[in-house]
Formats: sequence, structure tokens, C-alpha cells
Amino acid sequence: MIAAVVSLGGIGLAAALALGAAARKFAVEVDPREAAILEVLSGANCGACGYPGCSAYAKAVVEEGVSPALCTPGGQATIEAIAGIMGVSAEASEPEVAVVRCQGDNRKAQLKYRYLGLVDCNAAQRVADGPKACPGGCLGLGSCERACPFGAIEMTPDGLAVINRELCTGCRKCVSVCPRNVIAMTPRSATTHVLCNSHDKGAVVRKYCQVGCIACQICKKNAPEAYVIEDFLARVVYEHHDQAGPGVEKCPTSCIRDFRFGYPEGSSFGGGELPSEKNAPDEGTGTAG
Amino acid sequence: MRLKTFSGGLHPPDSKEFSAGCPIEDCPLPEELVVPLSQHIGAPAKPVVQVGDRVLRGQVIGESGGFVSVPVHAPTSGEVVAVEPRLHPSGRELPAVVIRVDGEDSAAEPMSALDPATAEPDALKDRIREAGIVGMGGATFPTHVKLSPPPEKPIDTLILNGVECEPFLTADHRLMLEEGEKILDGIAVLQRILGVEKTYLGIEANKPDAIDQMSALCSGRNIEVVPLEVKYPQGAEKQLICAITGREVPSGGLPMDVGVVVQNVGTCAAIADAVLRGLPLVERIATVSGDAVVQPKNLRIRVGMSLAHLVEICGGTRVEPAKIIMGGPMMGMAQLSLDVPATRGTSGLLLFSEEKVVRRPEGPCIRCARCVQACPARLLPTTIAAYTRLDMMDEAEQLGALDCIECGCCSYICPAALPLVQTIRHAKAAIMARRRKG
Amino acid sequence: MRQVIFALLPACAVAVYMFGLPALVTLVLCTAGCIGFEAGCQKLMRRPVAIADGSAALTGILLAMNLPPSSPWWLSLLGAFVAIVIAKQIYGGLGYNPFNPALVARVVLLISFPVQMTTWTAPTPIGSGLDAVTTATPLGRAKEAVMLHGALPADLPSGFLGSFLGDIGGCLGEVSVFALLLGGLFLLWKRVISWHIPVSFVGTVIVLSGIFWLVDPQRYPDPLFHLVTGGLMLGAFFMATDMVTSPVTTKGMLVFGVGCGLLTVLIRLFGGYPEGVSFAILLMNAATPLIDRYLKPKKFGLVQEKGGAHA
Repeated sequence: MIAAVVSLGGIGLAAALALGAAARKFAVEVDPREAAILEVLSGANCGACGYPGCSAYAKAVVEEGVSPALCTPGGQATIEAIAGIMGVSAEASEPEVAVVRCQGDNRKAQLKYRYLGLVDCNAAQRVADGPKACPGGCLGLGSCERACPFGAIEMTPDGLAVINRELCTGCRKCVSVCPRNVIAMTPRSATTHVLCNSHDKGAVVRKYCQVGCIACQICKKNAPEAYVIEDFLARVVYEHHDQAGPGVEKCPTSCIRDFRFGYPEGSSFGGGELPSEKNAPDEGTGTAG
Repeated sequence: MRLKTFSGGLHPPDSKEFSAGCPIEDCPLPEELVVPLSQHIGAPAKPVVQVGDRVLRGQVIGESGGFVSVPVHAPTSGEVVAVEPRLHPSGRELPAVVIRVDGEDSAAEPMSALDPATAEPDALKDRIREAGIVGMGGATFPTHVKLSPPPEKPIDTLILNGVECEPFLTADHRLMLEEGEKILDGIAVLQRILGVEKTYLGIEANKPDAIDQMSALCSGRNIEVVPLEVKYPQGAEKQLICAITGREVPSGGLPMDVGVVVQNVGTCAAIADAVLRGLPLVERIATVSGDAVVQPKNLRIRVGMSLAHLVEICGGTRVEPAKIIMGGPMMGMAQLSLDVPATRGTSGLLLFSEEKVVRRPEGPCIRCARCVQACPARLLPTTIAAYTRLDMMDEAEQLGALDCIECGCCSYICPAALPLVQTIRHAKAAIMARRRKG
Repeated sequence: MRQVIFALLPACAVAVYMFGLPALVTLVLCTAGCIGFEAGCQKLMRRPVAIADGSAALTGILLAMNLPPSSPWWLSLLGAFVAIVIAKQIYGGLGYNPFNPALVARVVLLISFPVQMTTWTAPTPIGSGLDAVTTATPLGRAKEAVMLHGALPADLPSGFLGSFLGDIGGCLGEVSVFALLLGGLFLLWKRVISWHIPVSFVGTVIVLSGIFWLVDPQRYPDPLFHLVTGGLMLGAFFMATDMVTSPVTTKGMLVFGVGCGLLTVLIRLFGGYPEGVSFAILLMNAATPLIDRYLKPKKFGLVQEKGGAHA
């Protein structure tokens, strides 16, 4: 009994000493600020900052003096925290949110052919430029949903990507994976968007989509400040998004949506007033007004 | 004697009986031809005609846009009514010359005839390029490029591809039966250009009449007819070389790396026309088949004829086609509609009814290894596909995704109906895109 | 899957004939249990219920084949639970399980309930008028005798024909080598399985046990005895060939089969258990990813590259 206790204890002691010595000998010097920044970062390794993962970004901030404002997913709080650690001033930045500029799901938009193959938007796009008749519409195969590190994107039953404005951190992963550039980054405070990505002429759009922008100019007539029409596609001027209301109501194809009153049809994210509106003053940085 | 072949592959029902006995028929001219300027791999041709121009058969309407490119010729006489993007077999809208056919079919002055026995190889190669000749097995790679290997890669063997391993297609089969002499004329030109010691003509054993016919014609001409085992993809270039010569084209390499040039028999016939008669490539033989077609046929078609016209000549459709395929059922391209022009690479047009188009839901991979056994490139299709789905392209590349010849054996054999070849094609495209980026 | 189930039917029939009603009950309980657990799991995980693919039923039959005929009802159901829920669905369902589910269940039961799992009844063919008699398996007796006396028992059944046709005690699937072989040949003929694994597995067992037998026939039983007793045929044709848990390449399959054979003989002759087929296959299942990784087929065109560019 005693022999067992002594021998086991001895082995334990020897191992502990060896480990301790090894830890001293092979210790890697880390700037304490780097560890502190890593603490503050979300740890999602989303890559929004342009570095491969949070630790790489933390290292870049400390060693290369990279701007602390690159972590858009973390929002203003994170930026300020990093700035505090580094002892520099935080620059104000408007938080962004990704928007799928399409409402043409499989019921509302025509298909060119039936796609059978790998369920991946980039693969489908390679087959005769995608199965959708619309050259800019959401293919609905969910590549963005799989790319989103925050679970902010869902596919509706009819095959349309919808991004939850609450969960989206603005990391742009979905933007980079979408083969058709359907997803755009927009200021978080702007809730009104033209949900169409087709630059075809109105008559052409009408043929393949019930909810596409036909460039009829009605939105611009009703809210001249808030809209521009470029290359047969209306766009909200986000500096004046607060004046966009009249255009939403008058749009003949309902392709302009104010997310305060709900997500596109089929989405489980629901409609009505969004909590983000109530929280807006907290995260807003003054540019919203 | 055991027939020569390669490892892997499979035996889909060859379904050639529908059209194998039909002699080649001349397809009447339609009212309008849509001639795409992109009918080959490489830079598209540049249009040299304008709306309102009158063109004659054989007249150049598009100039070649570089070394890896060939000119495009008017398939018949008529008036140019448009030069605009039109739906192309690739599914995209690409520039095309639209010709309203006048019905006279008057020919432009043919190019001077050359004698393959005396002409310089370079002159013959130029003629082949000027005549717009491309690989007519379906790949449409400009033939003159294939015939111009760099001096450090000596060519000692020429292989003629009369395998036609794709099910349903019988165009090459009929060509060998009916126009064997023309093929031999073309072979003579190729032998002259390449100066090869050995010439083989590979034919699958399911075409005994063609083997007999060509053997009789080839005797005494230093051309060996090689009957090959009936197995898909016997006609794939690298597999054919391996079957006949035992040489394996290195991974990432070309047939010229093992001293071989492979040409399709249809290309040979076109070369004969171009060199001996000065005629550019504006027509070819295509098989129209499939269960939705009333009367399957082998047609001599002009480039630019719409697929709808070909179907009409074959008695129209029995039922609404659920799938339209240009080329063979294994590697051909599914078409969006019949309002697409035939090109130099249109070896076949297949229309299938809903009941023939088997659509099964995808199941889980149970690692049954059928794809591994069938893969003629000896890859692990299911593993590459699994990595691709996870976007792990480094691993997919390491497993040899780029060595995939896209024959489709894996997707055909998969009991879980997984889109394996489609997934590997996606991986290949993604890997190549990343390489280009740097 | 259907063809594999079909191929197992003769063996099932012989088992029911030899062991009577208890065998039938075990078969039905295992199969129904597996199908039920599969459906329940898929419902719970909100996945499409795919019991129609036959994989759960097959697992059930294979599990029953691996149980003694007199198994209590709860043993069968517990086995079904372990096979489907723990060994299969938790890993993601069909195609994702690293181990053969039926074998995992057998081994879990064998270790947890050694008494119930080794209570064998002697075959009492229907109509023979005998009641169930407990007996020992030939392998069990051989092992016991070697352990106790250092030599094989004198009365070890040498009647090859009897054990070949099914007249020995053991699990449902150990009874008739003939019926199993029939099913196995059917699978080979239908090309459901390839010859590589069964041949290399059985071949290795014959060669290795033959060597030992030649060295000391007093201590080690002859290869024929190894062939017709225990679960070798069931394992070689129906369990080791499970596609999900065996390598995909031809070379890999051969290595897998040889490994199974090697481990089987070693366990049978030197291990603590009389029968080693199930442990051998499970161990090789664990090695499958490794085998697949290192024994890839040589890519087309790789030969020349090595000879040329790097020479």
C-alpha cells in the first residue's frame, strides 16, 4: 500500500516537474495585448476583417498596427474595446448588414431549366449561367446559408435566401460566396431596400418574374430624393432612406420592401416591427439620423 | 483473342440498334441558319460579314481569333439577316451570324486542291486551319493545333478514333461504312503531316461490319485496324491510347507527351474534303435518336441548322421530350430548347421522354465503391465529391480531381444517384479558378 | 440491401428449422426492433424516415444471426437499440457509421451479458421430438480444453458434413455453413459484393490456422474445423463485406480481408474468447479510414510521370 502510494506519487511529481520545466523552456512570447484583443473578439473566425481568423487579426493589430475598426461583426463595442487596449482612438463606423436583393422564389420567378446536380449555387451557375431565367436572381441552393458563420441566413421552402437582420454581423462571407452578386452590404439603419438584382429592361423582367424591378420610375416620382434608377434597376439612396416610404407603397411589383414591416414571403423570421428598430439608438453612431 | 481495352469503365446498353442500320441521309435546308461564331475550343471567330451581305457556301463569315481558333464559313448561300447573340448549345447567348437561306446553295470558289503526297506539311496544316477543321468527336478542339506538336515531342503513332463508345450514336459507324475511302484520304494527309511510323484505327467490337469494311480498305496501307472491347469510355482519348499502345498519358499531360496524336474518323473525312477538294467544314454527320423521336436517322447536316429542324426531318417527336441532349447520353450537353443551332461538334441529338429520364432522389453514399471500380482514371470519385461538398478543394485536388476526364461513369453507376461527376466538375472549375487567381 | 436480405434467407430458414420457435422469435424481435428504432430515431431527428431502404431490416437480421437462439426478448431489443441508435444513427445514419452496427451490438451484449450470450441450445430439428438441450459450441469446447489441459478434446466433432449442413450449437448464423455459402455465392453472382474480402478473409484463416495445425495438431484444430465452426462464413460474406465499414479500393479490400483473417485466428487460438470473428471485423473497421487513405489506386497516368520527370 505504502509502496504504491510512494511510487505513484513519485511518478506524478517527476512528471509535474518535467512539464513545468518544459513549459518554461519552450514558452512562446506573446504580447499580452494580443491575448487581450483575442478575448474581446467574438472568436467566430469569420474573416470579415480580411485575416484568417480572430487570432491572426489580433496579431496584426498588435504587430502591424492595423486599424482596430476592421471587426465589423463585433460592432462598435468591440472596436472601442480594441482601441482601448491599443490606446488609440476609435473611429466611428456605420455597422452594416447584408441584404438579399431578390424576392423571386421558385413560385414567383421563372426557371430556365430544371437543375439536377450538386446543391451549390456556384455549381449551378456554371450550367448555362444558372437555372433561373433571371440573370441576377437568387438561385436558392443555399451556398450563402452554408457559408454564414452566424446562422443568420435561411432558405425559404420555395428557394429564396433571407438574411436575418438581427443575427447578421456584416462579415460579408455570403457576399463573397454568392455567384450572382445578389447579396449587398447596406447600412444597418437603412431598412428599405429594392429587392431586385436584374438589370434587364422592364418588359423582359415581367416575363420571368412577378416581383422584379421593371424600372417604371414610380418610386422615384413619389420619393425623388430616396431613389435612383441605374441601368433599369432602382436603388435606394441610403443617405435618404428615411424618405423612401412612399416608394414602397406605390411600387407596382412590390419589389421594394421596408424590413420593419416584415421579411419576404415564406421566411420564418416573421414580420412586424423589428427589435433592431427599438435598439437602433444603442448601436447607431449618429449617422442614421 | 482477348480484345484490347483499358482498366475501369462500364457497359451501358449501347442502344445503337435504332439508327445503326439507317444509311446517311442528306438533311434538307431550312429557311434560316444560325451559325455560331464559337464552334470550337479557343478564341471565338470574329465576324467579317454585315447584315444585308449575300454569302455563298464555303465563304468565310468569321475570321479566326488567334492560334487556338479557326475561321467559320457560310454553310449555304443566302443573305445575312443578323449578327447578334443567339442561344448557343452551351446555354449562353453567344455571337452568331444568322443567314436567310436562298435555297440555291451556290458555292463559293473552292480553295485549290492539294496533293497530300507532295504538299509541304505546313501547307497542309494551314489548309486544315483555313477549312475550319476541329475535333469532330464532340470536343471541337482545333485540329491544326493538335497537329503542331513542339519539336521536342516527337510523334511516332497516329491513332484514328472510330470507337464511338457513346450509346445511341452511330454517325461514325455509318461514315466508316459508307465513306471509308474518304477517311483513308484523310489518314494519308495526317500521315504526311506527322510523318508517323505507325497508324492504328480503333473500332469497338460492336461494329463488326465497320471493322470488316475498314480492314479491307486499309490492307496494304500500313494502317492497322484494332478491334476493341465494347466498354465505355473506350473512345476517350487517353483510354484509347492506353488500350492500343499500352502507353499512359501522364497526369496533366497530352497525348503528344507519349508520342501519339488521336483523330476522330469524322475529322479525317473533313480533312480529306479540305485538302483534296478544297472544301471548308460546313457539314457533318449526326445521329438523331432517342425514344421521343419518331424515326431515328443518321443525317448529313449543315452547321447552323436548328435542332428543331433536325427533329422535324426525323418525323417530329412522339411525345413531349423531357430531356434534349446534344452529343451522346454520357457526356453530351443537355439543351434548354430545340431552338439551338447544330455546330461542328454535334455528333448526335437525343430526345428522351419523361419515362426514360430516370430521376431518383439522392441517397446517402454507402461506400459501395462502384464508382471507384468504374473510374477509368482510377480516382476515388465518391471521396473527391465528399471533399468538394465540404469545400475542401486542396484535398480534392490532391486526390486527383483534375485528372477526371468527366466521362460520367461514376454518376451512371452510383446506386444512390449522387451527382458525382457534376460535383467533380465543380471541383475542377473551382480549383482552376483558384489557380488563376494565384 | 434487398438482395443481401434475400441471400440471408436460407440461413434463416436453417436456423429456424434447427432451433425452432425461439430462433424465429429472436429473428422477428431483432428485425422489428431495428426497424422501429430506425424509424423512431429518424422521426426524432426530423429526417426523412428511410426504413424502406431495407438497411435497418438487414441490420436486424444480421444481429439475430449473431445471437444465441435462446436469447431472452430483452436481449434482442437491447441489441437492436445498440445497433441502430448507438452504432448507426448517432453517427449520422446510413453511410456514416464507422463500425458495423450489428457487430457493435453483438460485442456490447457479449461483454455485458456473457451468460445469456453464451447459453447455447443444441440443434433440435423440428419434428425430432426433443426438448431444448443446452450444449457448448465446438469452438468453446476447444478453447476450454486447451486452456485447462493444454490439448484439444478427443471428441471434437470431426464430422465435417454435420457442421457444414448445420448440426452444431451456436448462434443462429453459425449453424449452417452451407446455407450461408449459398447466400454468399448468390451475392457474388449478383455482384452485390466483390470476391476480394471473403476470399482474402477465409484464405488467411485457412493458411494461418493450417500453419499452426501443422506445427502442433494436438493443440491447434485443423483449418477445416475453423472454416465450418463459428461465425467465419457469416462474417466473411455478410459482415466484413458491409460496404459502409470496409475500404473502397481493391487493394484496401484485400488488406482488410487479410487483417480480419489474421485477427480471427489469433483471437481464436490465443485470445480470451473462443470466437474472434466479430472482434476482428470491428478492429479492421476501425482501420478502414487508414487503409483507404494509404491504399489509393494508382491514378491513370501516374506511372510514366514517375519514370520520366523524376528519374
